[in-house]
Amino acid sequence: MDNLYFQPEIETMERSSLETLQLKRLKESIGTALRSPFYSTRLGKLGITPDSIRTLGDLRRLPFTTKEDLRSNYPFGLVAVPADRVVRLHSSSGTTGNPTVICHSQHDLECWAGRVARCLYMVGLRNTDVFQNTSGYGMFTGGLGFQYGAELLGALTVPAAAGNTVRQIKFIRDFGTTAIHAIPSYAFRLYEVMREMGISPRTDTRLTTLVIGAEPHTEAQRRKIEEAFGVKAYNSFGMSEMSGPGVAFECPCQNGLHLWEDCYIMEIIDPETLEPLPDGEVGELVLTTLDREAMPLIRYRTRDLTRIIPGECPCGRTHRRIDRIKGRSDDMFIVKGVNIFPMQIEKILMQFRELGTNYLITVDTVNSNDEVMVEVELGDLFTDDYSQLQRLTRDITRQLKDEILVTPKVRLVDRGTLPQETGKAVRVKDLRKNK
Amino acid sequence: MTIKQLSVFLENKSGRLNEVLGILGQADIRIIAATVADTSEYGILRLITSDTAKAYEVLKANRVSAQQSDVVALTCNSTAAEFAEQMDYFTREGLSVEYMYCFSTGEKAFLILRTSDNAMVDAIARKYGLDIITEKELLSV
Ligand SMILES: [Zn+2]
Repeated sequence: MDNLYFQPEIETMERSSLETLQLKRLKESIGTALRSPFYSTRLGKLGITPDSIRTLGDLRRLPFTTKEDLRSNYPFGLVAVPADRVVRLHSSSGTTGNPTVICHSQHDLECWAGRVARCLYMVGLRNTDVFQNTSGYGMFTGGLGFQYGAELLGALTVPAAAGNTVRQIKFIRDFGTTAIHAIPSYAFRLYEVMREMGISPRTDTRLTTLVIGAEPHTEAQRRKIEEAFGVKAYNSFGMSEMSGPGVAFECPCQNGLHLWEDCYIMEIIDPETLEPLPDGEVGELVLTTLDREAMPLIRYRTRDLTRIIPGECPCGRTHRRIDRIKGRSDDMFIVKGVNIFPMQIEKILMQFRELGTNYLITVDTVNSNDEVMVEVELGDLFTDDYSQLQRLTRDITRQLKDEILVTPKVRLVDRGTLPQETGKAVRVKDLRKNK
Repeated sequence: MTIKQLSVFLENKSGRLNEVLGILGQADIRIIAATVADTSEYGILRLITSDTAKAYEVLKANRVSAQQSDVVALTCNSTAAEFAEQMDYFTREGLSVEYMYCFSTGEKAFLILRTSDNAMVDAIARKYGLDIITEKELLSV
């Protein structure tokens, strides 16, 4: 019988054994990290050695590492192995200041590919599958990351790379592609072009699986993609600082992403107080690498907001799950002591069919009180009856209050008035003097 | 018998009404009757035009929130007494009028009515001999 797990002994490892493994690897990671110029100063100053760590809880005594640390030690300040061991680097472009660089040894690349293979196997891919990767290749980790992982799995891996949608569709048909990796917006684009070409993804292709990630999306968008293609779509989470894809991935239960705890230690912290939060609460994800030798990262602040889903997963994997990413901690704002994330507001707005997809949140001080205003564009005018428009405004207000615990002022606005949804639209304007 | 009306969502900001009328003008659409109702938050522009379907399409193409709906047009003499009489029939029959606007061409007045039940308007019109007019008749005014 076909095995459910790529690495059953690791994926279903008892929690206590998993934690023992984590502790052993954490000590090794700290030992390795201390060989880098950056950590030898940062941790050395505090007198930290691998022996300072007796329990996993001791990790909390170590300082965080931030993107800023990566930038100011660009390019090789965090490299912990001699140059002859480093075989590849990936870099992410910085809009301000230096880019960030992550270096890998041969061992690191093998571990990374193993994690990606584990993820793809989890959602049903096997060595007979044809996997088409629409990520950009080159410095972007979604390209080579999935390439090596899918190859390790034994799938025929098509490095189609980004763009040229008509050619992508030709590949899908000619090569009998069964699985695609795409960012959600590109999945929609693929579907649109297929429709224009008169191709039905359900009957004219062999597609069964879509891997979507790298771009925040809602459950409703995922269901739309599944409906359009007649496939299962699985959420993928990774980031270049943590090597790339393969950090966490949905299992067939599609209820949260298993984060591979043999490779990372995860913590959720309050982005304001930096204190750890209990399972179930939304905060910033902090990750420590456990199997990376060229460039280990200790307590790296990912800026991504999520929560740990409490409880066991029916699939049998013991690695805990994180929820889909709820936004960036930089986007979070605090009103009357409550942490609010734009994604919470978006989720509510998207439930109203009368509304379009563009919205803008403005926070301002009115009579020394913080007030939240939510402007949202109407879709097609569904009524010309005032009482209905007022009822709609009231319903939106009530549901938002239930979600964010603050009563916002809701304004319906005309289409095309707010910044476009494409690209990085500004969703929050904070006009307060004292934030 | 109903005619097509166009309702347009208007944000309360200066120049928006002009923008909408400009879009319709560009498409050679003639306006037969119009009314704007507003609150402090937003307004609704209601229009009878020479080509409602086309007007709707051009507004949609310009990302203006609009909707088509069915209303009834009546004609009578443009005296206050006649107006009152017409409205009285509806009250008597228990049909509530959501809104009404009108325009006149000298002696003749045209009433545009939005009610919850257009079929009932027809019945009342037959019963009291009211003069319901067709879209074609209205456009040739
Ligand atoms: Zn699972």
